[in-house]
Amino acid sequence: MNNDKLIIGGHEFDSRFILGSGKYSLNLIEAAIKDAGAQIITLAVRRANTKDRENILDFIPKGITLLPNTSGARNAEEAVRIARLARELGCGDFVKIEIMRDSKYLLPDNQETVRATEILAKEGFVVMPYMYPDLNTARDLVTAGAAAIMPLASPIGSNRGLATKDFIQILIDEIALPIIVDAGIGKPSQACEAMEMGAAAIMANTALATAGNLPMMAAAFRGAIEAGRKAYLAGLGRVLTRGASASDPLTGFLRD
Amino acid sequence: MVKINGENLDIAGKTIAEYLLTTSYDAKRIAVECNGAVIPKTQYGKTVLADGDSVEIVSFVGGG
Repeated sequence: MNNDKLIIGGHEFDSRFILGSGKYSLNLIEAAIKDAGAQIITLAVRRANTKDRENILDFIPKGITLLPNTSGARNAEEAVRIARLARELGCGDFVKIEIMRDSKYLLPDNQETVRATEILAKEGFVVMPYMYPDLNTARDLVTAGAAAIMPLASPIGSNRGLATKDFIQILIDEIALPIIVDAGIGKPSQACEAMEMGAAAIMANTALATAGNLPMMAAAFRGAIEAGRKAYLAGLGRVLTRGASASDPLTGFLRD
Repeated sequence: MVKINGENLDIAGKTIAEYLLTTSYDAKRIAVECNGAVIPKTQYGKTVLADGDSVEIVSFVGGG
């Protein structure tokens, strides 16, 4: 297990938990790093204000990889602008592409996401596109130069779990890049299940931010992700489509 | 007029560096875009804002 690294764009990580910092507080970030072991934290880019002196970067320890997203972008051009500004903010080349035309369900625009991925990969970004799990789009993202693929499990912030399970499995089976399940993972069992399926990592925010006891939930996610990863590496036992198969000896019964 | 983060300001003729000096932005924590192009920090002193320019000044916030 010690050599089991998550590799994204040539960068190695031991942790397979990525923290979304949307509903952030110092407690969330502390719990995610200390109790969930997160090494990657996402951020958003917004208009700066001159009044609020508090900056999220003050809460994030050195050594954590920052993953700026392009939230707010409605098309590829806006995503590219945001990504370039994020890089200018001086925290590395990672970018999570997030392009939405729909504000009710917050579903990503796959087509625009492919376009933005192509532009930004050419500019040297480590591009991690958030997408609706579709095999054809995922293949286009690979061709466009993505470093990982981030399919949604269910709508952002919903905590509803693996609604797209079958289609994420197809991506895991067919796409050679890390498949990082993002959005909708609401509890550790769902994170564990995604990892058992072969997901490379889990990204979550709301599941932790809205939990009763944040550090305890962070630790629960860590355990679930590690358990799921081990199960995947071990190879799950087979499932019978019908009937039963005795697990006890079929001889030496105490009868006749 | 120069549009800064959506607000029209009477600062045409100033450089970005001169404008930033009149504000309380945390200079280490911002990035600046003028008319859609990122302005590197080293260019703040050389980039003169012109009438009609549209400038965005951004920073990181929490986000998923």
